[in-house]
Amino acid sequence: MVLQGLFLYFALMILGTGILGITQKNPVKSLLWILLTFVHLGGLYLLLNAEFLAVVQIIVYAGAILVMFLFVIFLLDLKEEEKGEVFLKSWQLRVWAILLLVFFLVIGGLNYKIFYQGPYTIEFIEKEGHSKALGLVLFSDYVYPLILLGFILLVPLIGIGIMLFGRKTNGSS
Amino acid sequence: MDRTLDFYQFGFLVLKTVFIFAITLVHVAFTTYAERKIIGRAQARFGPKEVGPHGILQPLADFLKIFGKEDIIPQSAYQPVFKIAPIIVFAFTAVNLTVIPFEQGFILADLNVGVLFILASASLAVYGIILAGWSSNSRYSFLGGLRSAAQVLSYEIALTLSLASVVLMAGSLKLSDIVVAQHNSFFGFYAIPQIIGFVVFVIAAFAETNRTPFDLPEAETELVAGYLTEYSAFRYALFFLGEYTAMYIMASLAALCYLGGWTVPKYVIAILPFLKWIPGWVWFLLKVYLFIFLYIWVRATFPRYRFDQLLSLGWKVLIPLGFVNLFITILFKKLFA
Repeated sequence: MVLQGLFLYFALMILGTGILGITQKNPVKSLLWILLTFVHLGGLYLLLNAEFLAVVQIIVYAGAILVMFLFVIFLLDLKEEEKGEVFLKSWQLRVWAILLLVFFLVIGGLNYKIFYQGPYTIEFIEKEGHSKALGLVLFSDYVYPLILLGFILLVPLIGIGIMLFGRKTNGSS
Repeated sequence: MDRTLDFYQFGFLVLKTVFIFAITLVHVAFTTYAERKIIGRAQARFGPKEVGPHGILQPLADFLKIFGKEDIIPQSAYQPVFKIAPIIVFAFTAVNLTVIPFEQGFILADLNVGVLFILASASLAVYGIILAGWSSNSRYSFLGGLRSAAQVLSYEIALTLSLASVVLMAGSLKLSDIVVAQHNSFFGFYAIPQIIGFVVFVIAAFAETNRTPFDLPEAETELVAGYLTEYSAFRYALFFLGEYTAMYIMASLAALCYLGGWTVPKYVIAILPFLKWIPGWVWFLLKVYLFIFLYIWVRATFPRYRFDQLLSLGWKVLIPLGFVNLFITILFKKLFA
């Protein structure tokens, strides 16, 4: 009963703060609502006995990515954008956006399994520890996607390196 | 799940929480006194000496004074955020006290992910500083908040990298397990085998807590008081409580992850057997005091960094060093385990 109440609270807060986040005109205010969304998402992971994922969610999304967004918003002067419209104006774009949402809903609905039970049950996770279970899955079953993701993340790093070194030669010549 | 608490257990837990928080607040109050005394001595002055014998009641006088002040909120400030920012800083710093083991078994919540919990709440506490800078609607405050965002973004990586090696060596994210693993290791504490990581951790901890030589968000010679400029009375005091509590959290983390927490190395006990009668919390407190003294000593010794120096130190020195340390740790773990 308590767990269901907590789930209801987290779910409602995620939806509410998410909607508030995309309807604000001031980018800093909308970022603050998104921050609340991320923190509540962490709470939802905690309800699923996934404490490692919950803490990583807060460290990575709330602690690193949102601070970086905040930093960029502070650096750019967004006084002009604040006066503009928040939502799409043309009805064609709106239709496309709705179609996209419906597409994701259908895909999600087709893959949805009721009472699905994988090899990683709550008993297994409580016995082994969540961090260990996650590490085992990540570095055995999903090791190729992980390496691939690493390469994808390496690409912008190389790009930044090239940009910086290019600028240095331009400055000296 | 059999995690139901009966009434007495719950009462005991509440008592324990109140005890830990009270002890910490007393420590925080007297750290301000110790800081003024030590810096005074370092600069050939006496420091506070009027209130009570040797000025020992100075924190009490400061406390009374700050309570009597008027809480001023600027008219152009964004009020809800301005009011909540100091509370965010203090709350997310103080919540770390729940996962710190002060003694074998004396801990409020022995989380499986204790190290990560401290990192997560530290990264949330920074929002208080950034938002205080933004919501004050003053240029000095805003610059302070901006500096804080860049600084924390850079030094959190180094801090996490240095702690990752400790976690690898201990094989657990639980703080009490890390202490036990250190006690069973060859040196008895991780500061020697993890010397690179320890140095990186100490420097990054100074930057995380906005202390000199990295106190650029509140650099008083350039920014008046940075993000604190528009604050007064108790909200100002909350920022200070948060800062000093964060110092204690980082000192505890250093004591737990590198200096062996409440344990003493086995070879020391073998040489001096009478030391085992000293309770564990005394050792823990001694190690924490050592680190706090280091904080104050550094403040009395080093001048402030320039901001580009701070960023290049973080990205070009500390983060590569953290990676090197992590690779060495992995190599040793692979070869000797």
